[in-house]
Amino acid sequence: MGRTLAEKVWDDHVVRRADGEPDLLFIDLHLLHEVTSPQAFDGLRLAGRSVRRLDLTIATEDHNTPTLDIDKPIADPISRTQLETLRKNCAEFGVRLHPLGDVEQGVVHVVGPQLGLTQPGTTVVCGDSHTSTHGAFGALAFGIGTSQVEHVLATQTLPLAPFKTMAITVEGELPEDVTAKDLILAIIAKIGTGGGQGYVIEYRGSAIEKLSMEARMTICNMSIEAGARAGMIAPDETTFAYLKGRPHAPQGAEWDAAVAYWKTLHTDEDAVFDHEVRIDASQLAPFVTWGTNPGQGAPLSASVPDPGSFSDASERLAAEKALEYMGLIAGQPLREVKVDTVFVGSCTNGRIEDLRSAASVLEGRTVAEGLRMLVVPGSVRVALQAVEEGLDKVFTAAGAEWRHAGCSMCLGMNPDQLAPGERSASTSNRNFEGRQGKGGRTHLVSPQVAAATAILGHLASPADLADARTPVEA
Amino acid sequence: MEAFVTHTGRAVPLRRSNVDTDQIIPAHWLKKVTRNGFEDGLFEAWRKDPSFVLNQPEYAGATVLVAGPDFGTGSSREHAVWALQNYGFKTVLSSRFADIFRGNSLKNGLLTVVLPQDVIDRLWKLVEDDPKAEITVDLVAREVRAEGPSLSLTEPFELDDNARWRLLEGLDDISLTLRHEDDIAAYEAKRPSHKPSTARPSTIEV
Repeated sequence: MGRTLAEKVWDDHVVRRADGEPDLLFIDLHLLHEVTSPQAFDGLRLAGRSVRRLDLTIATEDHNTPTLDIDKPIADPISRTQLETLRKNCAEFGVRLHPLGDVEQGVVHVVGPQLGLTQPGTTVVCGDSHTSTHGAFGALAFGIGTSQVEHVLATQTLPLAPFKTMAITVEGELPEDVTAKDLILAIIAKIGTGGGQGYVIEYRGSAIEKLSMEARMTICNMSIEAGARAGMIAPDETTFAYLKGRPHAPQGAEWDAAVAYWKTLHTDEDAVFDHEVRIDASQLAPFVTWGTNPGQGAPLSASVPDPGSFSDASERLAAEKALEYMGLIAGQPLREVKVDTVFVGSCTNGRIEDLRSAASVLEGRTVAEGLRMLVVPGSVRVALQAVEEGLDKVFTAAGAEWRHAGCSMCLGMNPDQLAPGERSASTSNRNFEGRQGKGGRTHLVSPQVAAATAILGHLASPADLADARTPVEA
Repeated sequence: MEAFVTHTGRAVPLRRSNVDTDQIIPAHWLKKVTRNGFEDGLFEAWRKDPSFVLNQPEYAGATVLVAGPDFGTGSSREHAVWALQNYGFKTVLSSRFADIFRGNSLKNGLLTVVLPQDVIDRLWKLVEDDPKAEITVDLVAREVRAEGPSLSLTEPFELDDNARWRLLEGLDDISLTLRHEDDIAAYEAKRPSHKPSTARPSTIEV
């Protein structure tokens, strides 16, 4: 019987297979950041171990880094200690690090792909659940805990329990103004936050094949929000074109050998998935969340649901609690929900195409009075590209704040946070209670919806903006 | 890792689904660089509410957490496991755990037990009716037992033999893996040369 893409990549990495034991898998790329690594390095030190494969390991700083005044000492002493700990650990063990201020610094899941390190058919891990992002290249990529970080540092392998396979097939054309973000939010709402539990999801079908690499990364990034072990998309010409010429992409004869291998990385015709979901792209619309988990979402044109409409008791209770926390009333049109803050950035939507998308909506328009809009590029390279294209000027002319690269308000470990009761439209990945700051309320949206919302002051899509563009002065 | 053989203790009923790891331990606690000292951060936001179950004196000192479905979703932070352990929990029961959280818990000796939701419902009722009721989680027999006025329950649970053995013995995964270092070296020797390397290229241009 044929194999799925995920099974092929898995099989190619089995170091040891024995009855009654989990397979031991080789890890091709280990990404590190400051939050989930300190205790792992401590463990190595205590056991007198070293990093087995420094040439497959790379670190950057992203979660704690400020997005303003990056040349000054970090104000929060605990954040500063954590960053200094990473620097000390990388120096002591010899790990390549791109610290704050370095041209290759940025959100770890933006940095890996842009360096060309994330490649088809590789296994990629990081102590961060959004490692699923890298599956967009046909890599088997997943988030791990700190004990596993230590395990990979010491052995370059992981013992892993078997997974189930799920195909999510998306056919048809995405309507205008409907982005990869809307698609993945709709998928999570459909299958639920636990729907992917135990599965590696493969996204496939004509609508997926048409997506750019960056859009594919947005999709795979949020696989974890459906509870999946990983998300993957088969590599194709779009993937190869993205990788060619990147600093760590293979070159010359190595490139040809790599592409020949990459072309074998697709699900065989006769392979069978454990579960299949089909989605008609043409039926999708801009999608936003109303609740406190990423599965609590609805089309922007809908209203806040009535918790009583959920047949499942725990879903009903969850919806009641979510509306209470979010300060929303059942039946309220989502378009009437006013927001205080708009955040564009994160490993979900902090890449150049996302910034272009937001800027195209904002150009010649202004951010609503009293509304704060933060634009945080996913990496220094993305920021430089945006500046070269003049996007930073579009943002600042509209009244948005153009910030330095990092995770920023996606999780508020740095000073970029919501105040209690504040409401955001955010291009990030999690609307959990307090995620963006204690008491903060988050609506997950696409970059286009974020920009339109910033202009109108309430949840909106570009289609709502017919008259809001002011003439641009020459 | 701390071994887990069998544990008997009083339990806290946490009637919520989708308890994400941001709720278990908020992000600002993640700046710590140690594995301990997270107990005050456990469910920090909810503990500000006097009616939250952990604030009820009758549940003080409980060591078993009986949670709703989809416990531990979201972030991969192992700090969530450390926070539960630092607070005093030895085991968590739920009808469904997020994968990464489950993996993290088993690597730290916090036994996460999957039980049908109707069993969780009965355990909730038991410990709400009688907060002094004790629940036993027996990894040797792979069963959960509880006794109360309205309930006498013995429920088997599944855990694969390998994970069970590691927990019973309190074995360190890295030492186990390093027993197979020859296999790792053999794999490395035949790994294709086109695979990526993080060694700095002579020029970086994008």
